[in-house]
Amino acid sequence: MRRRVYLDNNATAPLRDVAREAIDLAMRRADAFGNPSSPHAFGHEARLALEDSRRQVAAAMGVEPGDVVFVSGGTESDNLAIQGVARAWTAAGRAPGHLVTSAVEHPAVLECCRHLESTGWKLSILPVDGQGLVDPDAVRAALRHDTALVSIMAANNETGVIQPTEEIAAVTRHAGVPLHVDAVQAIGRIPFEAARVGADYLSVSSHKLGGPAGIGALWIREAAPMKPLLLGGGQERRRRPGTESVMLAAGFAAAARAAGRELERAHPSGLRDRMERALLDRLAATRINGIEAPRLPNTSSLTFPAVASETIVIRMDLEGFALSTGSACSTGSARPSHVLAAMGLSQADAASTLRISLGPTNTLEEIDALVETLASVVRDLQASARLPHPAPAGGRG
Amino acid sequence: MKRLLVGMSGGVDSSVAAAMLAAAGHDVIGVSLQLYDHSESGRVARCCSPEDFLDARRVASLFGFPYYVINKEELFSRRVLDYFVEEYRVGRTPNPCARCNADVKFEALADLARSLGAEAVATGHYARLLDDPASGHRRLMRAADPAKDQSYFLFDLTQEQLDMALFPLGDMTKRQVREQAIRFGLDSAGKPESQDVCFVEGGDYRDFLRRRTSLSGLAEPEGAMVGIGGETLGRHDGLSGYTVGQRRGLGVAASKRLYVVAVDAPGNRVVLGGEEDLLCDRLSLTGVRCHATGPRGGRFEASVRVRYRHAGAPAKVTLETGERATVTFDEPQRSVSAGQAAVFYQGDLVIGGGWIDAVRRVAAGNQTVASGA
Repeated sequence: MRRRVYLDNNATAPLRDVAREAIDLAMRRADAFGNPSSPHAFGHEARLALEDSRRQVAAAMGVEPGDVVFVSGGTESDNLAIQGVARAWTAAGRAPGHLVTSAVEHPAVLECCRHLESTGWKLSILPVDGQGLVDPDAVRAALRHDTALVSIMAANNETGVIQPTEEIAAVTRHAGVPLHVDAVQAIGRIPFEAARVGADYLSVSSHKLGGPAGIGALWIREAAPMKPLLLGGGQERRRRPGTESVMLAAGFAAAARAAGRELERAHPSGLRDRMERALLDRLAATRINGIEAPRLPNTSSLTFPAVASETIVIRMDLEGFALSTGSACSTGSARPSHVLAAMGLSQADAASTLRISLGPTNTLEEIDALVETLASVVRDLQASARLPHPAPAGGRG
Repeated sequence: MKRLLVGMSGGVDSSVAAAMLAAAGHDVIGVSLQLYDHSESGRVARCCSPEDFLDARRVASLFGFPYYVINKEELFSRRVLDYFVEEYRVGRTPNPCARCNADVKFEALADLARSLGAEAVATGHYARLLDDPASGHRRLMRAADPAKDQSYFLFDLTQEQLDMALFPLGDMTKRQVREQAIRFGLDSAGKPESQDVCFVEGGDYRDFLRRRTSLSGLAEPEGAMVGIGGETLGRHDGLSGYTVGQRRGLGVAASKRLYVVAVDAPGNRVVLGGEEDLLCDRLSLTGVRCHATGPRGGRFEASVRVRYRHAGAPAKVTLETGERATVTFDEPQRSVSAGQAAVFYQGDLVIGGGWIDAVRRVAAGNQTVASGA
């Protein structure tokens, strides 16, 4: 079997063995198939298993248990935070208020905000600097008397750039405005404690840290406003009706615990830094996006001028390396990355940008092989890009 | 073993082409071009839909070759959809498939093939290629199955695109292709025939034009229908609804059968006339292409096809400067529309072609009726 190296962990991470075992165990336990809301012994066992998972996920998020709401994933978590706060706001008899977010957020955040804008809400989308960072002073300046929520991500999915959420939280706390932090890419990759940061809502996804897809969570600070988006049951303290998946929660919890333990080890960015140095050595024109900002230790956003990254991804896939042009959510879309555009990259540079996102199972040998193959592919494509290209309709007459 | 790029739509033809090449042991890379997003119209699409790409993906999985979807919506919108709308606006009848083959599909696939180190671009088109040892180039030929021949739609490929092309179905009939699909166990074996204009759902191109032009605020004005002599016969509801040769839906009562004989865009008029007014004997062409193995200049005889379902008629072709040419038919031809392709054949060989800019009607006393602005 030919070599296959997975380097697209920000799209989804391979299922961890401990998560597979936890799911398997939950499936096998004859007494754990009950509905956690049922009053009988079956329900009792399922409830215990579910709450045990909730406690472990809460620990990985750095929050108190009890406020962790299980949802279907990161996208639903962002939706519940933003639209749930907006519903609570108008349910209190107020006219639609004001939202603050940034230009580099995940579409799950941006599209929720734009949707609310179309229903009468006011929206401030903050710019980022050339390194992809939001300025906490700009957050302060954007706040209004009717600002209902500020939503800023912990770390960006395309570049790995880590936002100054503690400083932003200091601003929002001082103003008495709730803060939502999309920590889908950050949890399990950097030490991140919502309680210490001072966020009021925190979104996390299971499959980004090696758990199963189909589950995520939203942490809601005690007494923070929230109205559910779904109706039809009292589960998750009325925040998210629907029977919980005990199995998926068990896998999520096991992955979150394992990711948390890994963070205690030193130098998690060693392989990424080695890869970037080696690529810069071999391909001098390479640019690393967000290099001057704090970044996730596993993520690298690389621009190879004048080479279509879509072609690099195919060439590398044919060689057995799984890379990405940006976010998997925008694959197949003709639109250039809104994240790179917000950082000031030209359309051409954005179309020449590759995302490499490492995971805990990647080895030194894999990274060295990646560097050699990628350097030769990029050199080859750069050489063919310099050849005179036939005009699309040339040779007439 | 050659590395080959195969353009796959998900339909039976390109699926069989890819499967045959993979079964022959070639290093096949399957590629689908995402050209148009049908999700906005909410209708069931005939191509570029997730279901079509899934069919192509299944073929790739069955034969164990890699498969990718490449987004070319922006290029398609600029080079085909804008062209389509503009041609109707100026009173011509566009040929989006011929345009798309050269300016979108083969260009995108050839670019990708070069980047991936592939020697050739294969598709499921029904056409043949003949190696010409003297020139070192390939010549385009009609398919063996005359009912399926698509060489007309491929005339505008550059010589370089032809030299990279591969048409594995060129010697097969449609029936043989379907049988092969069944033998290969392909899901697409029983799929209905795809239509020529992929982006016009439900066959109503005027609905497409209305949606697209309403985006840019270019509503089509109503205008007059006139006879050959200029006399008013009725009203039309926008020029894009009329094509030369059309008889139905004119809404005009007359003692004899009336046909659309010209669409006069500068005057915003539809010109109606009798059957004899449809005959034309001379065409002027623009954007003329002659393949490397074809004529290099002057005047030559050829059989010229003026639309896909036209058998071709003997004519003299005179090449002029500026990629122009004049085609003079030996016998007048009926219902020739500006905007369509005129393709030159010598026997089964395609030696070149161009885009019809103006036609000269016989009954108009050899007065050339230019269409367009």
